[in-house]
Amino acid sequence: MSSEKKDGAKRKGGSKTGVKAAAKPKIAVFKFASCDGCQLSLLDAEDELLAITDAVDIAYFPEASRAMLKGPYDIGFVEGSITTHHDAQRIQEVRRECKTLVTLGACATAGGIQALRNWKDVDEFIRVVYASPQFISTLKLSTPIAEHVPVDFELRGCPINKYQLIELITATLCGRKPNIPTNSVCLACKRKGNVCIAVARGIPCLGPVTHTGCGALCPSFDRGCYGCFGPMETPNTASLTERLRILGQTDDQLMRGFRGFNAWAWQFRRASEECERK
Amino acid sequence: MATRAQTPRAPRKKREPSPTRNSPRAAAEATSKGNGSQPKPNSGKRNAKTASAIEFDRANHRPALITPEQLEKLIATLINDGFEVIGPTVRDEAITYDPVKCVADLPAGWTDEQEPARYRLKKSDNPALFGYSLGAQSWKTFLHPAEARLFAAEKQNGAFHILNNDPIPAVSRALLGVRACELAAIRAQDRVLLGDKYRDPIYGSRRESALIIAVQCSHAAATCFCVSIGSGPKVSDGFDLLLTELVDANGHRFVVEPGTDRGIGLLARVDAKPALEADLAAVESALASAAQQQRKLDTAGLKEFLYENFENPQWDKISARCLSCANCTMSCPTCFCTTVDDATDVTGTHAERCRRWDSCFTQSFSYIHGGSIRTSAKARYRQWMTHKLAAWTDQFGSLGCVGCGRCITWCPAAIDITEEVRAMREGGVRADA
Repeated sequence: MSSEKKDGAKRKGGSKTGVKAAAKPKIAVFKFASCDGCQLSLLDAEDELLAITDAVDIAYFPEASRAMLKGPYDIGFVEGSITTHHDAQRIQEVRRECKTLVTLGACATAGGIQALRNWKDVDEFIRVVYASPQFISTLKLSTPIAEHVPVDFELRGCPINKYQLIELITATLCGRKPNIPTNSVCLACKRKGNVCIAVARGIPCLGPVTHTGCGALCPSFDRGCYGCFGPMETPNTASLTERLRILGQTDDQLMRGFRGFNAWAWQFRRASEECERK
Repeated sequence: MATRAQTPRAPRKKREPSPTRNSPRAAAEATSKGNGSQPKPNSGKRNAKTASAIEFDRANHRPALITPEQLEKLIATLINDGFEVIGPTVRDEAITYDPVKCVADLPAGWTDEQEPARYRLKKSDNPALFGYSLGAQSWKTFLHPAEARLFAAEKQNGAFHILNNDPIPAVSRALLGVRACELAAIRAQDRVLLGDKYRDPIYGSRRESALIIAVQCSHAAATCFCVSIGSGPKVSDGFDLLLTELVDANGHRFVVEPGTDRGIGLLARVDAKPALEADLAAVESALASAAQQQRKLDTAGLKEFLYENFENPQWDKISARCLSCANCTMSCPTCFCTTVDDATDVTGTHAERCRRWDSCFTQSFSYIHGGSIRTSAKARYRQWMTHKLAAWTDQFGSLGCVGCGRCITWCPAAIDITEEVRAMREGGVRADA
């Protein structure tokens, strides 16, 4: 009972803040080749969702609502990579409809796990997997959105961190720069008081070359970082590779290590290809 | 807004050491160079009040002796007095400094092996509670916290109102197991954060309420080089109590010296007995063993040397290995840089300002209008090392390095500051050339 009351008061308070219905920014969420996990991060923001819907007009979000308002939109969130001719055309239309275009997650910013096809023969996959391969029309490469249209902001991660998404929405609504650092995972890991698992236990960890944002999730649970936020601002993959070899990683393991959700991000791509060549 | 280390690019004129300018603590230090000096109280406020008590104690009393049971009583007394006792314990396969409730929480029989980019916790035959060399992270965690909320603000009637502009009062903490190099690091941070006109209230409240129980080292890790820096291994001042752990045929015991009135009071409450000559001899032998260190850093003329060597080829070699991951600065007990972030909620009615540890190894650290000014790993490492070993002296009158070796152990790329200086000196421009 009391919590209901509280919620009611909160909502009332929210509308009091002066965000008029007419002035509400229109938000759209578009999906390309992806697993939907990043879109779910928005729905997962349970505590903030009501405040967000108070502050913005969710105009197009097929995963969450049947209401589909036409563009233009103030902020367009794009999830997924470009893998078909159709998508390559559709992203151009999406860009035209969105004043600000933000990509969500590893697929949209780096091509995603499906970019592993970029090193293989896609036609062979089609022949092996589909009973009627003649109906399949796909591109040879899975590519990030920024390879097709200009992108205003890229949110990293597989999936994205919901707090970073809320920060991005909040900052955009306030007209300030989002506070989303681009340094290594190690800063967050050490600030948390974690003992470095690579140094203290010899667990291979991509933290030093990986973009922060997850809150050092894996190292906090005794697992090496596997780079799901992609390369940090200045990744020295060559030096880390050298060190990981000393920890006993083979070239094949190293190649696979860099060839994860952000395999096609150029720094990780180059690192994995260098390990493959050896 | 961020507290930033000065760039060493333009070395400033060396400040005249002026005791009136510095805090009483710094002044006390200036007169107590060298290992054999009298202990000095660790706070300016306590200085005048306790100096005579310590002189008296030193002149007329032998150091005391306590058993592990009395140490248990000491911890219980501190907890009873409202202190949160932070001490060494085993967590995540390392010795870490965390809240401890009793002697059983301490790492009895555990020791550590440290070398560049490698740390291993080892079981040892020695049941010593302080048989390790150094905890993974420094005491900075408790005195200069990784994250602190500076204030919150609410929008009311169209204007922002600051809700609380005072730092939350810190819990009084008793820091148990502070080594000589760590005390030197605390003194270094004192000079940075409290030693000038602008005092850091967050650090200040934590520092002033902290009770320090130092512990003498009995051995050095392979990464230790406090002897070269002159910050250890012997603790000579800056503590409330100083323990030296002895485990031999005469049993498991601690020689205890008080450094302040508080320390004397605590010793009385655990019924400490006077130490014997043999115990004091054992203390000296433990310290002698801790002074046997593999790593050395030649500090003679180092500041001038580094200022002359901005273009030393060694910087490029380091740059090839440096990950710019910031582990060295996060682990360093003297690195103090922070960044300040403002956050707002979705409604735009609530705002908070937070301070977080920052690092000179990030791009944003040197971001000014138009971009980052230290874009290469070379520039960043050079900034860090030159600040630690040269510019710090100009700014704060001491080295910014205490020789704890954490940056060596916890660098995932095994970069060793002592080795880099050696290599640079071999191939560099000599300051007197």
